[in-house]
Amino acid sequence: MESSVSVTGQAAVLDRSNVDTDAILPKQFMKSVKRTGFGQFAFDEWRYLDAGILGMDCSKRQLNPDFELNQRKYQNASILFTRENFGCGSSREHAPWALSELGFRAIIAISFADIFERNCIKNGIIPITLSASEVDRLMFLVRTSERFIVVVDLAEGLICPQKGEAISFDMNESARKKLLRGGDEIEYTLGFYDEIKEFEERRRQRLPWLSGQ
Amino acid sequence: MPSTLYDKLWESHKIHDLDKDEALIYIDKHLINEVTSPQAFAGMRAKSRKVWSESSIVATADHNTPTTDPEAGVSDDLARAQIDALDDNLKSLTGAEYYPYPSNEQGIVHVIGPELGITQPGLTIVCGDSHTSTHGAFSALAFGIGTSDVEHVLATQTLALKKSKNYRISVSGCLPAGVYAKDLALHVIKRIGTAGATGHVIEFTGEAVRALSMEARMTLCNMAIEAGARTGLVGVDETTLEYLKDRPKSPSQGLWPEAVHYWTSLNTDEGALFHKSLALDAGEVVPLVTWGTSPEMVVSVTDVVPNPGLIDDPIRRAGFERALTYMGLEPGQRMQDLRLDKVFIGSCTNSRIEDLRIVADLVKGCRIAEHLKQALIVPGSGAVKRQAEKEGLDKIFIEAGFEWRRPGCSMCLGMNEDRLLPGERCASTSNRNFEGRQGQGGRSHLMSPAMAAVSALNGLITDVREYL
Ligand code: SF4
Repeated sequence: MESSVSVTGQAAVLDRSNVDTDAILPKQFMKSVKRTGFGQFAFDEWRYLDAGILGMDCSKRQLNPDFELNQRKYQNASILFTRENFGCGSSREHAPWALSELGFRAIIAISFADIFERNCIKNGIIPITLSASEVDRLMFLVRTSERFIVVVDLAEGLICPQKGEAISFDMNESARKKLLRGGDEIEYTLGFYDEIKEFEERRRQRLPWLSGQ
Repeated sequence: MPSTLYDKLWESHKIHDLDKDEALIYIDKHLINEVTSPQAFAGMRAKSRKVWSESSIVATADHNTPTTDPEAGVSDDLARAQIDALDDNLKSLTGAEYYPYPSNEQGIVHVIGPELGITQPGLTIVCGDSHTSTHGAFSALAFGIGTSDVEHVLATQTLALKKSKNYRISVSGCLPAGVYAKDLALHVIKRIGTAGATGHVIEFTGEAVRALSMEARMTLCNMAIEAGARTGLVGVDETTLEYLKDRPKSPSQGLWPEAVHYWTSLNTDEGALFHKSLALDAGEVVPLVTWGTSPEMVVSVTDVVPNPGLIDDPIRRAGFERALTYMGLEPGQRMQDLRLDKVFIGSCTNSRIEDLRIVADLVKGCRIAEHLKQALIVPGSGAVKRQAEKEGLDKIFIEAGFEWRRPGCSMCLGMNEDRLLPGERCASTSNRNFEGRQGQGGRSHLMSPAMAAVSALNGLITDVREYL
């Protein structure tokens, strides 16, 4: 995973609460054994008018003109504004894979579902929570501008919209460090190899019925 | 200091404090399915990494396996490829427990784990599936993870985790006739919303919870994730021990007393602090049914479809309006007038033997409504299927007009052939009524198995209390 120090880009708005991971990446595309190829199917059932099938060429499909992310001005967006409980439901990491492939590097919401938020961090997508009133205000600005650029500065904990003052945001330290550090988390954890082995051994002795299972 | 059950599970698995808000946690059991694991195994291969503990792994194919005659094979090439990939990935892991499709024990992993006695109090259990919370009914710390975490557990047997907060939901009294754990779960979600427990682990306590069977507790913990919780928990008691006794993977007789001694310590201490608490009266719970596209869009079966015009918050109102359009409903319509196209009884929420017995009792000697296009009963596991057949439940179902299938997730998420077609309305015992969840354009109404059973007989959403 690459480190995510800051993101500068066009903002987009998905003005809904409780967007679930089934909506972000419908299950018919989870039949892939790869980590890639999901971006074109992100929000498939909202984004296109026809039914999608894994492996099809999406460039020729008819887009749903009523789906807000289909607006031309959002096509190269890398920062997504949305509302409460974003990413609820299934634990599928295919959802952040799809969003990442679609170009999103940061998601700014009122709240996130736990597993989804964790999966974002694992994929270098910065999940940021702001208050409802701040999200409202920024959504309004993004919607009413032809192009609205936002800078997300993770190291400083600041969101700098092209208009108005910078807004500071909180993120727990371990998540921030992980995003800033990037790299191979498994490698990092394997640095604790001896401690894990010792823990395992103590556990086996204390709870003997676990051995041999 | 007095601790909660969750605190105890956390502390007993903590290897190392990584940060003030994060620790490296040891994982005892790793449940693996065919859909969320292939990329993790590929990642392991790409880095030439070895699986840390083969014996921690329990694997089965459940999400996209057909529920019809296995002789016919898997006709969907993509599903076949995932099932084959799981077979391949498990081939060299001889220490793992693997229940391949279509073996005798294959089924929904959250049904198999408990019935084999793999799910035990005090364990940490993870799976690339959000309904891993089901296992919390046994005082196990069990939760869903993404595929990168699946790989992390394969390689290190650990996860770097942020500790959740404690949420206690205590339920006094007892559930009225015709009201089940599924209704209690929906009642909780109705009360606190689908994000009500985000960042928390819910512990369910109180006499109404104590009175539930293990299977009913599993239904309750299964749906904790639908309230936004990391997982659900129920403390160990006699019911837990009784269930675990003599399961194939339970501790041997010699070690049983020692295990029981430890397990019974897995309860919240008197005076332990919770970040949030909610007290409910079981006597107030009624049979519930969802009308919309989120489990929190739920009403009493005797109610009408709500009117979004009465909601002040514009975002919530827009959400309600969108859900009504998707569901093809008008405000004020009586839930009990809604005509069904299909009925699905199954999923890790409600596909265990007790669920099937409840359904059989209600449909015995009756016929499902003529106009239903399909009424499926899908047992959660091979063992559930065999037990039901031993009791003759399959005959009751078939005579009533249901299709009796082989185990799997089936129409809960419609990754195999069992799914809703656009516009079809379905009474479902599963856990998610999201748009497209059971098939693109499908309309799901979540409810208890008893309600699904009588709704199948009537062809309309029906109040089970009229049948008692
Ligand atoms: S039955 Fe449904 S909810 Fe349960 S594991 Fe299968 S797909 Fe997930």
